[in-house]
Amino acid sequence: MQRYSGFGLVKHALSHHENWQRQWRNPTPKKAYDVIIIGGGGHGLGTAYYLAKEFGIKNVAVIEKGWLGGGNTARNTTIVRSNYLWDEAAALYEHSMKLWEGLSQDLNYNVMFSQRGVLNLGHTLQDMRDIQRRVNANRLNGIDGEVLDAKGVQELVPIMDCSKNARYPVLGASWQPRAGVARHDAVAWGFARAADAHGVDILQQTEVTGFKIRDGQVYGVHTNRGDIEAKTVGCVTAGNSGVLAGMAGLKLPLESHPLQALVSEPLKPVLDTVVMSNHVHGYISQSDKGDLVIGAGIDGYNGYGQRGSYPTVEHTLQAIVEMFPMFSRVRMNRQWGGIVDTCPDACPILSKTQVKGLYFNCGWGTGGFKATPGSAHVFAASLAKGEMHPIAEPFSIDRFNTGALVDEHGAAGVAH
Amino acid sequence: MFYIHCPYCGELREEEEFHPKGQAHIVRPADPAACSDDEWGDYLFFRDNPRGIHHELWVHAVGCRKFFNITRHTVTYEILETYKMGEQPRFTAEHPEGRPSQDGVDPASLREGVRA
Repeated sequence: MQRYSGFGLVKHALSHHENWQRQWRNPTPKKAYDVIIIGGGGHGLGTAYYLAKEFGIKNVAVIEKGWLGGGNTARNTTIVRSNYLWDEAAALYEHSMKLWEGLSQDLNYNVMFSQRGVLNLGHTLQDMRDIQRRVNANRLNGIDGEVLDAKGVQELVPIMDCSKNARYPVLGASWQPRAGVARHDAVAWGFARAADAHGVDILQQTEVTGFKIRDGQVYGVHTNRGDIEAKTVGCVTAGNSGVLAGMAGLKLPLESHPLQALVSEPLKPVLDTVVMSNHVHGYISQSDKGDLVIGAGIDGYNGYGQRGSYPTVEHTLQAIVEMFPMFSRVRMNRQWGGIVDTCPDACPILSKTQVKGLYFNCGWGTGGFKATPGSAHVFAASLAKGEMHPIAEPFSIDRFNTGALVDEHGAAGVAH
Repeated sequence: MFYIHCPYCGELREEEEFHPKGQAHIVRPADPAACSDDEWGDYLFFRDNPRGIHHELWVHAVGCRKFFNITRHTVTYEILETYKMGEQPRFTAEHPEGRPSQDGVDPASLREGVRA
């Protein structure tokens, strides 16, 4: 792999940037691999990368039916934070946060991780009590957090309406300074390039059409490019996880919903942090390019259409204008939808299944992007050892029958 | 934006008057105390999540406030039919073109078409 550096940039400038090495190969599938990862998004590519780098399993294929990072990796609002209430979730997301902090160096790829801080606003007395509880829980878990009052919020974000006259006045917020945003495409590409350099085969436009299962043990997959064998298969397919589970005769407690986001026309820098509000229900940040990146809730019905409804867009923008009256005349540039696999307790599933060798990493719902490196790392460890990593263990699919839910719904907030 | 035919009001109304409430035809176990953990967990948390025809419970929240069912395609978002509580769907995954009816009505003529 050609390493990227300032010096390399200057060197390639001499040849008009025409001789850069391709970032990853486009190999033909082999007959068999040690591990197959289904799904070439951030989590899947990351899993392959950590398998090769940390666990020495380099004979790995990542199978993607479309193109790399073309699903939810490219369709989220790029927010990264770890201020979750419950110990199990906090451990998982904080593990991820620590990996984010060194990810650009680790991958030799600038993922533009910017720790500009995240505010979670409180608009009611109960919001503020929940915020205090959550920040205290975070600090006990070694996660940074502060409770701010309305004045503190106003100092951080001068353009926000923090007056008492607002329909839902801002009473305060939780503030995680280490949180921030990252460049979503670069995460997929960086993991893909680094995994490829370790010998991982990335098979794009290869669709899994079924599993090869004998005596309760998976031994490969059927694809539109022929059968590929492996005794360990990890499914990391977000919204389509239920469809894949169906192919293996399994059922998951997931429902796939469209989640929309939108960006505005580019503006001069006005917002240097991330603002999220559960109560008026919207979240917003400004990208380095200058456009406002805006998101909110899922469309309530099940859907695989990768598009959402206009009423949801309208509600989202109502919330944004409620918080930022100065954005009322900003024009929106693009709007899109991703398909998120929501779990009843708003926590992911990282689990073995009844089929030996078949693992699922899914159910991230609306909050998967922030967990990309952490999820990939613990999932890789689980695939390599055949035993779930201690951080992944509480997220077993069994919890929906034992009752040991990790109920982050409403705890860490609706807006993920 | 969906235009949804409320089977109780008998009118086509805009999506914003309605709320989706998840999968339709889920029957609460008659004796919950007799359920095993697996049965109870399945009842509470496990839902159909098809890529295709899906039967959903909706409520006409700012209309008649009654619950009813919709058969909808989850990829095209086409609404195939709406029907009252207690009734059975005519369009199903097994019969995507509509179950033949006893009254001799061509099911295709009942199909509501895309109003998204």
